[in-house]
Amino acid sequence: MNAEWRYHLSEHKGAYAAAAMFVLVFALYIGKHQTGWTVPVLTTAANKGVLLAIVAMAQTLPVLTAGIDLSVGMVFVLANCLASHLVVGSALQAGFGVVVVLAVGALCGLINGLIIVVGRLQPIITTLATGTVYFGLALGLRPVPGGDVHAGLADALTGALPGVGIPAMLIVLLAVVVVVWLPYRRSALGRAALAIGSSEPAAYMSGVAIGKTKIVTYTLAGLLAAIGGVLLTFVTYSGEASSAIGGVYTLNSIAAVVIGGTSLAGGAGSAIGSVFGAMLLRTIGDLLFVFDMEPLWQPLFQGVILLTAVSLGALQLLKVSNRLDLFR
Amino acid sequence: MTELALRLRKSGHLPVVAAAGCTVLLLLVGSLYSRNFLSADYLLLQLQIASFLGVVATGAMIVILLGGIDLSVPWLVTVGGVMSAAAAGWWGATGAAIAIPFGIACGALFGFVNGVGVAYLRVPSMIFTLGINAVAQGLIVVQTGGFAPQDRSTPTMHLIATGRSLLGIPNALLVWAVIGAATMFMLHRTVLGRAIYAVGNRERAAYLSGVDTRRVTLLCFVIAGACSAAAGVLLTGYSTKAYQAMGDAYLLPAIAAVVLGGTNILGGRGSYLGTVVGVILITLLQSILSVMQIPEMGRQVIYGVVIITMLLVYGRGRRHAD
Repeated sequence: MNAEWRYHLSEHKGAYAAAAMFVLVFALYIGKHQTGWTVPVLTTAANKGVLLAIVAMAQTLPVLTAGIDLSVGMVFVLANCLASHLVVGSALQAGFGVVVVLAVGALCGLINGLIIVVGRLQPIITTLATGTVYFGLALGLRPVPGGDVHAGLADALTGALPGVGIPAMLIVLLAVVVVVWLPYRRSALGRAALAIGSSEPAAYMSGVAIGKTKIVTYTLAGLLAAIGGVLLTFVTYSGEASSAIGGVYTLNSIAAVVIGGTSLAGGAGSAIGSVFGAMLLRTIGDLLFVFDMEPLWQPLFQGVILLTAVSLGALQLLKVSNRLDLFR
Repeated sequence: MTELALRLRKSGHLPVVAAAGCTVLLLLVGSLYSRNFLSADYLLLQLQIASFLGVVATGAMIVILLGGIDLSVPWLVTVGGVMSAAAAGWWGATGAAIAIPFGIACGALFGFVNGVGVAYLRVPSMIFTLGINAVAQGLIVVQTGGFAPQDRSTPTMHLIATGRSLLGIPNALLVWAVIGAATMFMLHRTVLGRAIYAVGNRERAAYLSGVDTRRVTLLCFVIAGACSAAAGVLLTGYSTKAYQAMGDAYLLPAIAAVVLGGTNILGGRGSYLGTVVGVILITLLQSILSVMQIPEMGRQVIYGVVIITMLLVYGRGRRHAD
């Protein structure tokens, strides 16, 4: 039992470190906040954090297979624009709209996966190009920002649970983790994804279904990004085809994945770490406001924090005894 | 015919030839729309615009050859532009004289930090350059406070970017030609060039063969930072003004141009000639799409589809069984 725990800890130390840092920084944030631990403050923080957390989960899946999905931000924006058209009307229509948007997101991911597996192109360049296409489609749907969303659904999901005061978004996040991530990670597919990330030739030689695994992985990434996009619509009550939003979410998702302890080289990490990475990143951005610093300093502050966080990994270099291990 | 195709594939020049073929095809299709696409004036203007992307792509290619990627391009371009213009504002006439080298040196400095992070701290280049991009953005925003002491380009910068001093050839194109020639010489005729390809193929093997791989990596990121900043200086001269986020439109096209030119995104393989063709192809594609007045939406979609289609034709990876 003891050895098992030790293995578990060493395998997930990145995720635990991110979670601990998040708790620390969030406590600091709440402590300095004027109103402190109240339901509105928590709800606002959750609404902002969960959006990035879900996109970061989407990013984690391809990264575990040593790939990357630079189109997550654009699928996120596309889903946002589509939802601002479809998630309207009666409750039934809105519900159907959500399903259609998620299906479109999954389709985007499927296309990525097919091009990468069947077309044998590199993930980074494939998703860069498909991301442009998805953004173009989003622009076609929403040439100017606007649209609407089912108000009842939006209020229910962006508010707090009546009575207990837990932000509803956190419940959504938990549901996504339980319904999408845990089954994936515990299935043969998730295991295969990690195997591919560790060593693709070795996985191939062991008979891992590489093509199928990658296609499912990218499809799930598209689905998760679309979930994020629908939630964004609920937060903003509108759709906007902004390449800036897409770009920022893509890049922040990569940062969140790394901070959450997932290796960009693939084969190690978890989406739960990325969730905490995303929350941490978001809280750090908000820290400046409670400390009354000028907003001008925010990009610099965030950049320095990101660099410091990733450079901390360099401490492990001190433990390297064989210098060859430094190089791939 | 098939024999020719096979020989081409073996020689590794297939992407260059294919991309060049696509460029010609693009021009022919464009000429159906308007005869202006084949005029010397239009082509020279496109080459002038292509030189900005060409300089950025030079740096991007060197880093990709190493097996890395430089995501700090957008704000290093801005650093080059803003700092060169600011030098003239701070130090008057002396500042104007050293504006260009100062701007480029600032970019090289950021490139140096990139290099230290990637080569010595062993942080993956994708995430470290992302952080540097944010820091560069932060410093520019803080330093200029949203507005610079001076954001106008100096007359020299304007002349270099827009003038046509020699036989009607745009000066910017000459700058790209010089940088390109130097890069080709560096890649194919110097020890450093060999080392870059070696590190890109397998860093461990290069290290065991006595290459100081970390110094090579560091140097490449310095060059890449300098290239981005140089493009920023050119761009400032071209638009007579340095502004925030002026480099945002250059990251993706630069990577696309390098990859369309046949450079392996994983490093170790690629020729500079391919990058040149890729840059011209991307610039023409963007220009023709905008001249045809296709709405922004269609432009984005066609742009992405063309890149994917071209790569599917000649840029595919190997099967596992091979």
